[in-house]
Amino acid sequence: MSLAMNIVEIATQNGLAENAGKINMVELEIGSLAGVMVEALTFCFEAATKGTLAEGAALQINDVQAKAKCTKCGTLFFIQSHFDDCPDCGNPAAEIIQGMDLKIISITVDE
Amino acid sequence: MCDTCGCSHSKISLTVKAPGAKSIHDHYHSPQKKIEIQEDVLSKNNLLAQENRRFLKNKNIRTFNLVSSPGSGKTTLLEKTIIALKKNLSIAVIEGDQQTFRDAERIEATGVPAVQINTGTGCHLDAEMIARALQSLPLQDNSLLFIENVGNLVCPAMFDLGEDAKIVIISVTEGDDKPLKYPGMFHAADICVITKTDLSPYVDFEIAACKENALAVNPRLKFFILSAKTGEGMGEWLDWLSHR
Repeated sequence: MSLAMNIVEIATQNGLAENAGKINMVELEIGSLAGVMVEALTFCFEAATKGTLAEGAALQINDVQAKAKCTKCGTLFFIQSHFDDCPDCGNPAAEIIQGMDLKIISITVDE
Repeated sequence: MCDTCGCSHSKISLTVKAPGAKSIHDHYHSPQKKIEIQEDVLSKNNLLAQENRRFLKNKNIRTFNLVSSPGSGKTTLLEKTIIALKKNLSIAVIEGDQQTFRDAERIEATGVPAVQINTGTGCHLDAEMIARALQSLPLQDNSLLFIENVGNLVCPAMFDLGEDAKIVIISVTEGDDKPLKYPGMFHAADICVITKTDLSPYVDFEIAACKENALAVNPRLKFFILSAKTGEGMGEWLDWLSHR
């Protein structure tokens, strides 16, 4: 819920700064390892928008698949979990370089 | 709401249909504008966490954020740690719980200042709560501050509070596969404490397997294996805290 409230706060602040009448859509980017349950977030988002500029706004969610870099051989590879081994050398240690973020990309507003 | 395209229209609706043609969906849409934002949803929390970190660093206060599932023994570990270290070190505690002042009362009974944050339905502490708590705590320079987070292995992983290290605590009464089931937390942590080792003979928990699982998630993890109840393994933990 606090994530949803943060999203609504950022969206409405940006909407107000542009003198928008209404926010119709909020575009998010969610990494596959960001620890965010999309269903829960969508549910909370609707509740968090009540009485705000973003009330009734749709959520557009762009998934970002997590990527890691092997600490041994440097191979870049997509990962499903925090503990995937390097597909090239089998090394279990990899640095996650993408897919941990939860970002608000844009809002679409009535002009 | 327009049934055809799902848009929201409060102004004029217009349908244009040429004779004999199929119905054409056409009506008034207010002009739309896309505003680029590109901002991390947790940016406000992260900014406040940086402020907390700067404030604590200026006073040379070492801060540890204790995270675990409920019932791992965080408060007992804290009580025993405080009793052992308070002679030589100033210590303060921020207690996070959904309800009750029980843990803060237990900590205060050890003779150090504690402030309780009740999160209500919230499942984690955030940087703003810590900023407020810091104002009401008597903090000494060159001291230790422990933050006991809400018992939850999921959400507290996402929120930077301004701490020096996140310490994840797992007791031997839990499953040794917990690091694989809750990888986000073990990935975010710097230290892993395996507690209640006095119960090891009675449970199926394999300490070596737990360590291996945790290292698969986060190869940088440093471990302490101890029993706060019997004191076994506490020496190394207390030593590490004293020299931080």
